[in-house]
Order: sequence, then structure tokens, then C-alpha cells
Amino acid sequence: MKTLEIPTFECETGNYHTFCPISCVAWLYQKIEDSFFLVVGTKTRGYFLQNAPGVMIFAEPRYAMAESEEGDISAQLNDQKELERICLRVKDDRNPSVIIWIGTCTTEIIKMDLEGIAPKLEKQLGIPIVVARANGLDHAFTQGEDTVSAATTHRCPEYNHRTTNQQKGDAVNHIVVDVVPDDESPDEGGKSNRCNLVLFGSLPPSVASQSNLESRRQSVSVSGWLPSQRYTELPALGEGVYVCGVNPFLSRTATTLMRRRKCQLVGAPFPIGPDGTRAWIEKICLVFDVEPDGLEERENQIWKNLSDYLDIITGKSVFFMGDNLLEISLARFLIRCGMVVYEIGIPYMDRRYQAAELLLLQHTCEKMKKPMPRIVEKPDNYSQVQRMHELQPDLAITGMAHANPLEARDIDTKWSVEFTFAQIHGSVNARDALELVTRPLRRKSDSVLGLDCRSLSRQTVDV
Amino acid sequence: MKLAYWMYAGPAHIGTLRVASSFRNVHAIMHAPLGDDYFNVMRPTSERERDFTPVTASVVDRHVLARGSQEKVINNISRKDEERHPDLIVLTPTCTSSILQEDLQNFVDRASLSSESDVIPADVNYHRVNELQAADRTLEQIIRFYMDRARKRSTLDRSVTDAPSANIIGIFTLGFHNQHDCRELKRLPGESGIAVNQVIPEGGSLKYLKDLPRAWFNAVPYREVGLMTAAFSEKEYGMPYISITPMGISNTADFIAQIGKLVNVWASALPEKRLNYKLYVDNQTKFVSQAAWFSKSIDCQNLAGKEAVIFGDATHAASITKILVKEMGIRVSCSGTYCKHDAERFNEQVQGLCDEVIVTENHTEVGDTIARIEPSAIFGTQMERHIGKRIDIPCGVISSPVHIQNFPLGYRPFLGYEGTNQIADLIYNSFNLGMEDHSLDVFGGHDTKEVSTKSLSTDRIDINWTPEAESEPNRIPGFVRGKTKKNTEVFAKRNNIPEITIDVMYAAKEKPSP
Repeated sequence: MKTLEIPTFECETGNYHTFCPISCVAWLYQKIEDSFFLVVGTKTRGYFLQNAPGVMIFAEPRYAMAESEEGDISAQLNDQKELERICLRVKDDRNPSVIIWIGTCTTEIIKMDLEGIAPKLEKQLGIPIVVARANGLDHAFTQGEDTVSAATTHRCPEYNHRTTNQQKGDAVNHIVVDVVPDDESPDEGGKSNRCNLVLFGSLPPSVASQSNLESRRQSVSVSGWLPSQRYTELPALGEGVYVCGVNPFLSRTATTLMRRRKCQLVGAPFPIGPDGTRAWIEKICLVFDVEPDGLEERENQIWKNLSDYLDIITGKSVFFMGDNLLEISLARFLIRCGMVVYEIGIPYMDRRYQAAELLLLQHTCEKMKKPMPRIVEKPDNYSQVQRMHELQPDLAITGMAHANPLEARDIDTKWSVEFTFAQIHGSVNARDALELVTRPLRRKSDSVLGLDCRSLSRQTVDV
Repeated sequence: MKLAYWMYAGPAHIGTLRVASSFRNVHAIMHAPLGDDYFNVMRPTSERERDFTPVTASVVDRHVLARGSQEKVINNISRKDEERHPDLIVLTPTCTSSILQEDLQNFVDRASLSSESDVIPADVNYHRVNELQAADRTLEQIIRFYMDRARKRSTLDRSVTDAPSANIIGIFTLGFHNQHDCRELKRLPGESGIAVNQVIPEGGSLKYLKDLPRAWFNAVPYREVGLMTAAFSEKEYGMPYISITPMGISNTADFIAQIGKLVNVWASALPEKRLNYKLYVDNQTKFVSQAAWFSKSIDCQNLAGKEAVIFGDATHAASITKILVKEMGIRVSCSGTYCKHDAERFNEQVQGLCDEVIVTENHTEVGDTIARIEPSAIFGTQMERHIGKRIDIPCGVISSPVHIQNFPLGYRPFLGYEGTNQIADLIYNSFNLGMEDHSLDVFGGHDTKEVSTKSLSTDRIDINWTPEAESEPNRIPGFVRGKTKKNTEVFAKRNNIPEITIDVMYAAKEKPSP
């Protein structure tokens, strides 16, 4: 058996299906409670937004389209005046603490100067306006969040040593701090008080507080999150602040935090699966010079609790078509669960930001004696379906465009978007992640269909 | 710029893609950035389509912005040509390509030199037309292309069929109940001795388009899609067409009467004598359709004078208005459509049937109108259903845009005689649901309300929740909150933990549920 191969990266044509990055609006507006997202672009974008997040549109969401019309495209109308009119209405109707403009392909192509207009309107309206260019020309799906987070980074208050010293007294009493910056001074005695850790990545509040708890167990307290629950509670950033990502698609944010805000990046695998969570915590502990405590026992305990799911998937094969950048971490977790991964398709691979994760993947393959999967950047869906036809994986993790057609060709599928919306981070949620992965496989064994229902498509040519 | 939260009709390219992918063996290539191929998701999920959607994107990225598409589009066309051998490739413009102003015709000209498939660019202006207009236009464009070509090659078959026959035009993918309507429509003339020559575009094959003129007439069931094609065929090939929507008893009778008129023109040439459609209509109305009887029954009497608001596409909103008013005696306070381009005709159709007419693409305007009128029931799109939910008024969905629940697997036509039955059910159930809810409220609700509780009420005394943990479940989505609380308490009891902290909660979550 070949082991510890160096990962090979391939790059295909980029003819693959994924969501438009503006879809990040759908989860970010829920995360940042006092925000309003304004997507500037044409009807195409609006149609996507109204269809993709499904019923959420009916819950009076805090997002809307600034729909460009012919006059905007041909510059008969003045962009600034138009945006001013729309933002005034938003201010009157919803009174948000921040308006986030999402630039789309349209604004890119007609070179609308959103970054230039925003500061002017900001002054006029008295509401912060953050500009994020989440367009399909440059980005895929979850990278939309990356652009928003990177843009928000510039709005975080400056971390200041002096003011934090005054808090010394009550800093000891702080327990879990979700969003309020808990700036403990670095020169205070005791290991627990030396760290100033800001985590970045949008997680549901309960998952975020689970992660806080997880690191607090190791006497490392989290001083803030980016994005925070409210825009007005953004964490302080600056020299001496350590930052660590919780999601693999946040490379632009990481770069901005390091270069523009002078933060120290903790390069760790991502806390997906018990193995990932442990490696993540260990890396954080290492940085803060804290001796990790009871992590191994805890991981083993989690694995033991997962045994019923592991029985189902051990030895099964999986194929990631790739659309949301979570693929490397999920593949690593699933290999550790005993699965064979044939291919990891991924829209974009940042080898520096994901370095620790890639290394863990390599070690996991070695440990589990599994071949290193091929990593395909910018995959070509047509070729992938041909390959899947050859390989016949037990499970394909794929976008919604291919799920039903593949099912009809007797390849079990799992919608990849669910991993973006479900709670899969931290040891606590390992069960939820496996619940998703095993669902198609569990369903099959319960199926009442006979063998003659195996292939339900009349089409002979694929794709 | 326009502030918009929701749109009734989608962008133009969606219409083109719907028509193109309805035909058999036609492939569409979109000139669009990554992520704009969202149509690929709609078909497999909404219609539960089992085959790969024949739509690919020729991706517009930074390089395309800088240097133009150059060979990219052409390569993508040739590649699809080799991979799938489609009969036709439709190059579909999107808002992006219309802003970039790339010369799609040029790509098409060059690509057709090397590819075996026919290649045409869809001729739709993104900013001027919506989804429905684009679909109408694209359908006409394809039909015109193949009929004109057949005429040039003298393969066009202009001899009408021996027995009377019809083309059904405008049934297509993601259309509201289109599949079921199609089946019903085939049956309707079939029973009166008329064969169906071709159905387009759904399942239609381009090879047979040259035989379109063999039909005696065209039937266009929906106003939104197919009229342009029918008008073109009439002008160029002298084919008459019927544009009445056979929805509701009287409309269906009109539809059949029209068929009778068209067919009996040829009566002298027919082997049998004049077809008697009146007898057929009579029989169907009285005994096959239950709707006429329903209108007389005591159930329908109870609905008399109740108020309703109707909103949808022009076809469905106008027909349902007519049914409610003329066939059931219900008062339509407001009838409206989002098909602004067809406003004139819509006004004409509902003239005198309702108190007010509303033509708008703005859902808040519709919502405000409904709130002001407070009808007993709404008949509208998915959006009106949600408006109804918010203000507690039942809603029957009668038109696109719709969700997956409006692509039922069971047989649910809106057209023809079976359609009248379905519509009667829909209308009666919507009103009745509202009345039931109302009387429940009057009598104090279900008397079991207090008893059914999901927490372990008897064991609760032993277990304390720390305030911190107490607030935690509020962060969990409502529908699993109860279960999480219960599981935590069971876990705590089993492990003799007297007080529930956040740690205990997560410890409980890590354990497999009992």
C-alpha cells in the first residue's frame, strides 16, 4: 500500500456547477442581527437569491436587491444618487446598524465604483456602509462570506494594550464570552489570561458558543468572533491579537487580518469532525503555550459514541464533486471514519491557508492506510460524471443540479449545500455531520424497492 | 435602480432555457459567470427531473472581461456537439453578455461551420423582456428556423392529415401543472374525434417540426407562451389557431365550440357528416365534470357572495376570476396579474367581473391590497400563499411562481373537464378551511390544546436549569428545541445530575439519543 503520498493537485476547465457567491447573504444576514444586505445587480441575481434560500424570502429578510435597469447600465442614471435613494429607504424602513453592499458581476463589468461611493453616502446617511465584491467572475459559493468578512475586518476597533489593563480586575470573572471583547492583558500572570484569541468565520450562535466552551476547557478563552452577532460588537484587532479560522474558505479574510491588521494567524486544521476539532484545539494550545488536557480521551469518547454511524460507512467510497470549499476537511474526516475518498473536487485551493489541513489529510491517509485522493481544482462536471461512471462510488457529495440525475443512475448522493447550512463544527456536532453523510446509505438498506428499480433513467448518454 | 425583494417573472434567459430544454435533444449554452447556471438546479429539484439538464455555461471570468470570450464560446459549442450530438444548440445570452455586448451571432456563425448540430443565438433582449416573453419569443424563433428551412429544402409537409388534427403549443418545463394539462388536453379533442399532431415544445423533436403544417389548426392553451408561434404559423402557413384557455366549464365549452367551427368548415370534405360538438359538451358538462353539479349543490350555495382576491399570470388569474364569478357566484373583490405586457387584454377579460383590477410586479402592493380587502380566501401564487399565512387567510395556489409542492406527482390538471373538478376542490377547500378555523376560534379551539405537551412535566421538579443553560435552548431552532430539552433532562436523570449547565447540555448532545 502506498502511503504518505504528496498530494497531487490537478486543475480542470472550471465548467462546474456551484452557487453564486452572493448566496452568502442568506446566512450572513441571519448571523449579523443588525445588518442589512443590499445586492447591487440585475434581475438574474435577484432570481437566484429568491429561489436558492427558498422559503426564507418570506420571513421579511434583511436583504434586498438594488436592481439595475437599462438606464443604470448605460449610465443615464447617476449611481450615487440611485444608491442614496435606495439606502435612504432602507434606513427608514429597517434602521440597520450597517448596510452591506454586495457587488455582483454587473457592477464589476460596468465598473460601478462602489468603494468610492460608499464613504460619501456613509457620511451623508450616518450608517456604516461595507462593500464586498462577491461576484461569480472571481468567486464561488462560500467565498462570498470570505469577501464580506474581509471587508468587515477593516471596521473592527483597534486593539489597545492600555485600555485593557484597566479591565484586569473583572477579567478573571469573565466566563464564556461570545461576542463582547474580553481583552485580557498579555502580561498578567497565569496562562489562561495571556491569550487574546479572535476566531473568524460565521457559525450559528450555538455552535460558536460550543467552540468557546471547547477552548475554555483548555484555559484558552476566546475574546471575540468575526463576524460578531451584532455589527456593533465587532472584536478589537491589532498587533498581539491571535486569529484562527474555523472554515476553510476564509483565505482572503486571513490575509487581510495578517497584512492589514497585523494579527498573528494560527494555522490549524479546521474543527470539523472530532479529529479536526482536536487538532484545532491542540494547535491553539501550542500557540498559547498551554498543555492540552484530556483531549485524547475526549476524542476517543466521541469516536466511541459514533460507532453506530461508523459501522455504516467504513469501507464505503465517496466522491466529492466540489462546490463549497469544505471538501478537504470533510474528506479528511471521512477518511478517518474509514471511508475511501476517490476524488476531492474543489473550486479553489489555497495551499497556504489550508496547509495544516492538507498535512492532517496526509497523515490521516497514512494512519488509516488509505490512498491519497486526487484533488481536482476547478473541476469539470462532465468529466467528473464520466469518472464516476467508471468508479461507481457508494456516495457522491454533489450540488443539487446533479443529485437527482445521479440518483436515477443508481449513485447515492448527498447535497453538498447541506454541509454549509448544517451544524458540523466541533466534536459536539460530529454526529450531525455523519447523520448527513449516512442518510442516503441508511435509506438504501431500508428501501422497499426491488432490484429492478436500480436504474431509473432512460438516457444513455451522461450529462 | 429599483429596490426589490421578490419578483414574479424571472429574467429573460430563464424563459429561453425553459423552452430549449423542453425539446428533446436540444442543448443550451449560456454565456454567463459562474453560478448563473442556477436553472440546472431548478429542473432536477422542482420537477424532479431524472436526467441531466441540457444546459451548460460558457463561464465568463476575469479573462473574458479582459480579452473577450475569443475562442471560449466556440470551443464550448464544439465540445457539446461532440459529447452529446444535440440536434440544436441554443446560445443563450444573459444580462452579463448583454452588458459586455459580445457578438454572439459571430460566435454562432463560426461555430456552425465546424459543428454538426444546428446553432442559433436566442434573440431576446435581457432588459426589455421577462421570462415569459422570452420563452414565447424563443419558441417562435426555433419553430420559424426549422419551418423556413424545411420550406427552402422543400421538405415541408403541407398536406393536412386525413382526419382532423391539432398541434398543442406552449406546454413546457417548469410550467404550472403543464404536464397534467397536456394529458388532459390530448384527451379533450381526442374524445371528440380529433387527433393530436404534435405537442411543442415539451418532448417535441426538431426532426418532426416540418410536419407541423399537417395539423388542421393550432391550439394555444396559455396566453403567455405560444401565441407568437401561432401567429407566425397563421401568417406564413395559413394555419388557424384557437387561443381560448379551456379552464372552467364555460371556457372549455367555448374552446370546443371553436374546434367545432374550425373543423366543420371542412365538413363537406369529411367522410362522416358534421361532428356534433354540442352534444359532447353537454354530456361532459353534466356528467363527467362535477363542477356544474357542484355549482348547484348546497355546498356552493354557502359560498355565494363570499369575497376573494385573485392574483397570478394573465391566463390563470383571468380564467379563475371567470370561474369564481360566473360559475360559483363568489364575489371577486380584486383580480390582478403581474403580466404587465398583457395588461390590456387582461383588463378586457375581467371587465365587469371584479370590483378592481390590479396590474403590478410589486408583491407589497398585492399584499397591501389583500390586507385592505380582507377576503375570505385568496387565489394566487406562492407569494400570496405566504401573505395569506401572515394575515390568517387561506390561499389556493393557481399560478406560477410556485414551489415543489405545486409539481405534484398525482394527476392535477387545471384544464379540461377533469381540470374543472380539481379547481372546484381547490376553491371549496380553501374557503372551507378558513371557515373551519374561524368556527374553531369561536368555540375556543381544540379542547386537547392544553393536554398535549412535550416536556416531561412530572419529572421536571427534580431538575434545575441554570439560568445560563436555560437560555441556551432559545438559540436552537424552534422545531428541535423541545426535543433537545427533553433529551438533556433524560440524560441528566440517567446520570444523576441535579443541575443542568451548558456543559451538561452538550454532553447530552454528544451521546447517541436513546
